[in-house]
Amino acid sequence: MSPDSTPTLRPNYDVLAIRRDFPILAREVFGKPLVYLDTGASAQKPRQVIRAMTEVMEETYSNVHRGVHFLSQACTDQFEAARETVARFINAPEADEIVWTRGATEALNLVAATWGRANVGPGDRIVISTLEHHSNIVPWQFLRDETGAELAVIPVDDAGEVDLDAYAALLGDGRTKLVSVTHVSNSIGTVLPIREMARMAHEKGALFMVDGCQAAPHMAVDVQELDVDFYCFSGHKTYGPTGIGALWGRKALLDTMPPYQGGGEMIAHVTFEKSTFKAAPHKFEAGTPAIVEAVGLGAALDYIEAVGRDAILAHETDVAEYARERLAAVPGVRIVGHARERGAIVSFTMDQAHPHDIGTIIDRAGVAVRAGHHCAFPVMERFDVGATARASFGLYNMKSEVDRLVEALDEVAEIFGR
Amino acid sequence: MNELRELYQEVILDHGRNPRNFRRIEDADGEAKGDNPLCGDRVHVFVKLNGEGEVGDVAFQGRGCAITTASASMMTELLKGRSEADARRLFDLFHAVCTDEAFDPLDVPAEFEEDLDRLQVMAGVRQFPMRVKCATLPWHTFAAALDGKATATTE
Repeated sequence: MSPDSTPTLRPNYDVLAIRRDFPILAREVFGKPLVYLDTGASAQKPRQVIRAMTEVMEETYSNVHRGVHFLSQACTDQFEAARETVARFINAPEADEIVWTRGATEALNLVAATWGRANVGPGDRIVISTLEHHSNIVPWQFLRDETGAELAVIPVDDAGEVDLDAYAALLGDGRTKLVSVTHVSNSIGTVLPIREMARMAHEKGALFMVDGCQAAPHMAVDVQELDVDFYCFSGHKTYGPTGIGALWGRKALLDTMPPYQGGGEMIAHVTFEKSTFKAAPHKFEAGTPAIVEAVGLGAALDYIEAVGRDAILAHETDVAEYARERLAAVPGVRIVGHARERGAIVSFTMDQAHPHDIGTIIDRAGVAVRAGHHCAFPVMERFDVGATARASFGLYNMKSEVDRLVEALDEVAEIFGR
Repeated sequence: MNELRELYQEVILDHGRNPRNFRRIEDADGEAKGDNPLCGDRVHVFVKLNGEGEVGDVAFQGRGCAITTASASMMTELLKGRSEADARRLFDLFHAVCTDEAFDPLDVPAEFEEDLDRLQVMAGVRQFPMRVKCATLPWHTFAAALDGKATATTE
């Protein structure tokens, strides 16, 4: 870990000190101090990430894996060190099992396009859940339409928990080749029982992939302990930059998967008749990668680890549960999603006002929430809401910000009625 | 807060709560579904023309925010009995009211003065660029229904 990434360590989770690491949190919106409750859409960036990215560009920047010159070597070292950081962050056995992608969306598309095309055919089945983000639905629809496979969906109950009996039934006939589910629902916060679900899949010969976008920033993730086959997450939701994300896959799987895109960086040798490819992970990384962003993501993960992932989880759970309690007491507010295991996401509607109107009104009080379908239309359909307002929390949020949210909702009631 | 009060005027809140012409027209001459992919708002607009090529009846259904619902509701009230050409001019006028900072009511021909008064209720949306599409979605959908297109989108 680089010293730059180390926040000042403090007992009892000093959230004010953490907030000072995030320059944007000091700004005002419409004359009010910003209350940023949209970390689930994208997290804000600490100075440590901003500085790491600036330093690469000011001091060591060059293309990677190409030059014999000093800078190319220095930059390649930093770039590959960031890969090792990702591996450590999710306890992957080897750094070579980490593939850089543009984000989780590209990681899911990559697995569908490479592993999927090579291994899925007519009559096979891919299983996802009702809680998926569109990025864990559409790539499998592409694969289904291309291969004649079936795409099946695990239902959820009224609390927002996956129906494990229905899941077992989907696995029963042995036709399921891959299960791909989210670790934590981005729309209603459900934490899925990944370890148990992966075990059930493996017993029936199916592989298991996890979209970890809403888990990686908030809780410890150990791909070996979860015993899954693929895991991915996005940099920008993990306090890192946009344009970078990571896919982890078991080495034996990555080795047998065909390449993704063709180009430089991924080839071993090219003639006009035939090309041969590098080994994983490089065979999946055509073109000059997002070098600065990879280093930035490494710094972000260092930052998270320095704060402490158990401490982050405990803090965020405290704030999110306080939010549930306070919101539930607001007249007209209904909370969507009551899973027993839940992340730092609270989705709600208000009888008097549409989520969009809520979002607009509280924005003028400086409070930023997401209002809409959260790229999860099927979840909205399941709970019969067109949209929800969603407060999602990060390691820098405070209970006093929940109070600001609740105060701002009073203005909604003022306009739309109580 | 003044901008919020200007956006959420009593008229808009009323149309949002009690939308007029909120129904299907079974024998519509045109209908279209409009969809704002950003937020998931959906409206379904039905148009029935009369013998003179005028909008004999216009109605809508759907689910959306107060702005979308109120805009659709006020639109149906305004369009009934208007010629197709007038309806399209009113759309242009409404678009200008919602988006054009330099919009000058004095440029509007006298024959549309009364319409302008009603359309200007929505002018508050200009201060909320993210919400302009909510206001214009029903009108885009109406235009699609007139043109015989099945769908409209704000994207």
